[in-house]
Amino acid sequence: MPLLELVNLDVGFDTPEGEVHAVNELNFSIEAGEALAIVGESGAGKTQSMMAVMGLLADNGHVSGQALFNGNDLLSMGAGELNQHRGSQIAMIFQDPMTSLNPYLSIEKQMIEVVMHHQGLDRAEAHAKAVEMLRAVRIPDPERRIGQYPHEFSGGMRQRAMVAMGLLCEPDLLIADEPTTALDVTVQAQIGHLMSELRQTSNTAIILITHDLGVVAGLCDRVLVMYAGEVVEWGSVEQIYYQPLHPYTRGLLESVPRLDQPDDAVLHAIPGNPPNLLALPDGCKFRDRCPKAHDACREEPPIRQGGEGHSYRCFLERTDE
Amino acid sequence: MTKNADNAVLDPFAAALEVKPIKGRSPWEDAWHRLLRNRAAVYSAFIMGFMFFLVVFGPMLISWDSGYTDWDHTSSPPSFSSGHWFGTDAIGRDIMVRTLEGGRISLLVGLVATIVSLLIGVSYGATAGYFGGTADRVMMRIVDIIYALPFMFFVILLMVVFGRNIVLIFVAIGAVNWLDMARIVRGQTLSLKNTEFIEAARACGVGDWAIIRRHIVPNLLGVVIIYVTLTIPQVILLESFLSFLGLGVQEPMSSWGALVSDGAQDMESAPWTLIVPAVFLTVTLYCFNFIGDGLRDALDPKDRL
Amino acid sequence: MLRHALGRLLGVLPTLLMLITVAFFLMRVAPGGPFDSEKALPPEIEANLNAKYHLDESLAQQYFRYLGQIAVLDFGPSFQYKDWTVNELIAQGFPVSLTVGLLAMTLAFGVGTLLGITAALRQNTGVDYSLMGLAMLGISIPNFVIAPLLILLLAVYAGWLPAGGWDGGFASMVLPVVTLSLPVTAYVARLTRGSMIEVLNSNFIRTARAKGLPEIVVIRRHALKPALLPVISFMGPATAGMISGSVVIERIFSIPGLGSYFVQGALNRDYTLVMGVVVFYGVLIIILNFIVDLIYAWLNPKIRYDEKR
Repeated sequence: MPLLELVNLDVGFDTPEGEVHAVNELNFSIEAGEALAIVGESGAGKTQSMMAVMGLLADNGHVSGQALFNGNDLLSMGAGELNQHRGSQIAMIFQDPMTSLNPYLSIEKQMIEVVMHHQGLDRAEAHAKAVEMLRAVRIPDPERRIGQYPHEFSGGMRQRAMVAMGLLCEPDLLIADEPTTALDVTVQAQIGHLMSELRQTSNTAIILITHDLGVVAGLCDRVLVMYAGEVVEWGSVEQIYYQPLHPYTRGLLESVPRLDQPDDAVLHAIPGNPPNLLALPDGCKFRDRCPKAHDACREEPPIRQGGEGHSYRCFLERTDE
Repeated sequence: MTKNADNAVLDPFAAALEVKPIKGRSPWEDAWHRLLRNRAAVYSAFIMGFMFFLVVFGPMLISWDSGYTDWDHTSSPPSFSSGHWFGTDAIGRDIMVRTLEGGRISLLVGLVATIVSLLIGVSYGATAGYFGGTADRVMMRIVDIIYALPFMFFVILLMVVFGRNIVLIFVAIGAVNWLDMARIVRGQTLSLKNTEFIEAARACGVGDWAIIRRHIVPNLLGVVIIYVTLTIPQVILLESFLSFLGLGVQEPMSSWGALVSDGAQDMESAPWTLIVPAVFLTVTLYCFNFIGDGLRDALDPKDRL
Repeated sequence: MLRHALGRLLGVLPTLLMLITVAFFLMRVAPGGPFDSEKALPPEIEANLNAKYHLDESLAQQYFRYLGQIAVLDFGPSFQYKDWTVNELIAQGFPVSLTVGLLAMTLAFGVGTLLGITAALRQNTGVDYSLMGLAMLGISIPNFVIAPLLILLLAVYAGWLPAGGWDGGFASMVLPVVTLSLPVTAYVARLTRGSMIEVLNSNFIRTARAKGLPEIVVIRRHALKPALLPVISFMGPATAGMISGSVVIERIFSIPGLGSYFVQGALNRDYTLVMGVVVFYGVLIIILNFIVDLIYAWLNPKIRYDEKR
């Protein structure tokens, strides 16, 4: 049984202008200890699909389908049951470390409440555990630092504190939403190392949401490429990086600057903008921006196999160039 | 040759891109749509429109004169047969016409005093925000100081010192009510001055005046409109408050506050003399507050999704 | 923290000085003196009176004399109430006003925050809409309208409560306290709702929910304090508003408080009394703002931190 399996996940938001279709028919699964990356532009539905899984959608959001965690559907659980999983078995790290920590509570209070609530530890035990965890994420002088408030931490330290907070209960699944976007490059690397270390030591599965393909390569086993609320291609890291089959994936890869290419090599950008989620076109959602679009793309594209565990949603046949 | 071939591929693609641009809406259009969706604000606007109409034209349509004393009907309850639809007061004056004429004063005070506070507040706040630095600090310190004063008492003091006349009411109320406006305009100017789009405009060589006209004014307009709508009811309230204490408009002139004060004297024998002006005053304030609230929700970019 | 307090305290002094100065000169430029009455007084008596109240000195002399007096908290004799000093009048009226004010303040902030939180947690439901409609009504109905209406309903028609007067008993306090607290209650409710909603939509609340804490804990531990901070800083303006409101309330309910003396003084051109009350209330508001400021700084770790550096 997979650790987490999403079945036909749909996420929408009611707005005064109409319904926004953020995620359409999302299906994937992740095994224990596996690391999966979900990549795509902003607005592709990466974050909202995970928010839906965590039960954290905004008030105007609604979700259908199933999110089976060890076989139990998270989406049909009541608040009390869901809270037994959230924070203890599934943890989530958010994008913006500056605002995701409560500025009015000390780091200690924000950390110990997780273990005190989920594991029933007393204050002293929880404190010891929190200090240990801060040490594990390389916060210097954790005994002193733990009494401080978030604004006394640097951006990188806050994100590490967030990671530490997520790991306190040794979750089976860690969802990391752009954990390195707001950080300096050196700190990005530290957080990346931290997460891969974690996988090795505690067999935690990781879902990494990012638009940065560079981060994915070192950390993940499989990649899911999302566009306008749909998965357009999925496969192993090697397959996606070396044999991208969907035109959108190719566009994404070409827009990453690379050191192994000559300085004057043209860096490509994908022309146009993602479609309006209020009025999605029929057929292939990418066709307006696709250099290979043709008339057939007005129909719903088929899902084609590109290899073992590698699929993509396009009319184009695989051609081995 | 290759270049042409490339173009042949790219042109239809580029054309396809241009076919369906997402239809954009200006922020003002957006705000207007949001405002129309706020039913409380829309109804309030209609009621206010009706109220203005009544107050401006009503007294001309009623046969009673506001000063006329109908000795046959003193303190008479509302009735159609006597012709006094809302009754009369203790000396037989028609409550309806007095209320409508009092409304003229109340609304006039509301508008004029708001304009006074608008002029002082906007010029003060914009100056402080535009110059920044020491000038800003000193100017805002002064505002802070005045803010801490019990300003209601100052208005009363002003009324005591300079006697009670209506022009003074305009000025006195306007003069104590500009502080909010100054603070808000200053904050907006200051933050606008440092925004990237203004810096970008400056970098592109757009002149000071064009920046003010094209970028600063439209961005200030929103908050100014909101605060004007919210200041009007405050001012009406303040005037009524003074008139209620006997420090506002004087007989034979009247305002809603003065009428409520009169009505409160006779309320045991003639409750309608209290209730009619009280209802007019309350409905007006209620509507203005709802419109102001609706405008704030519609125009405040902070709440945009 | 201490530096913050000292800095604020220094800022209080110019405010006080300005308050006294403006009040003083406003009263002195007023046309007509306190002893102008229909029949002219004999000149020697008027001269005596002027000498007694130092009105024969130059304006500057009077100003500094007044400053010196206020420095030792002496507001001088009343012009109108011949045998009373302003201090005695304040000592008589203020405890009554303070009782009403404190009760109204407690009621307003207690009920207001509760209603605001309730509305925020039931956002965009019928409960929310009706509470906020009521709150808007509370802001829109002036004190002096609601007071006579309540008297009419609860005192005159129903006869449950006295229509006015003051015996220090519970029954005589109900209507004045409720009336005085209504607009502030309404404002606090709106303020609380707004800030609570803003806080509930913030990222750190999302983090708290992701931790699997029960919603009640999320609200109590994570949302309450930041949501109530703006409410705390509203206490200063609320006091000022209540003091203004008390002028009307005391008049309507015939309560012998400081507001009644003030209006009487204003109508009678009792310079020393009016100025005394203005300065007294001004000082009170300034001190209160100062205290509120300290509480705010103490509750906000960011300000505490900035001060430590």
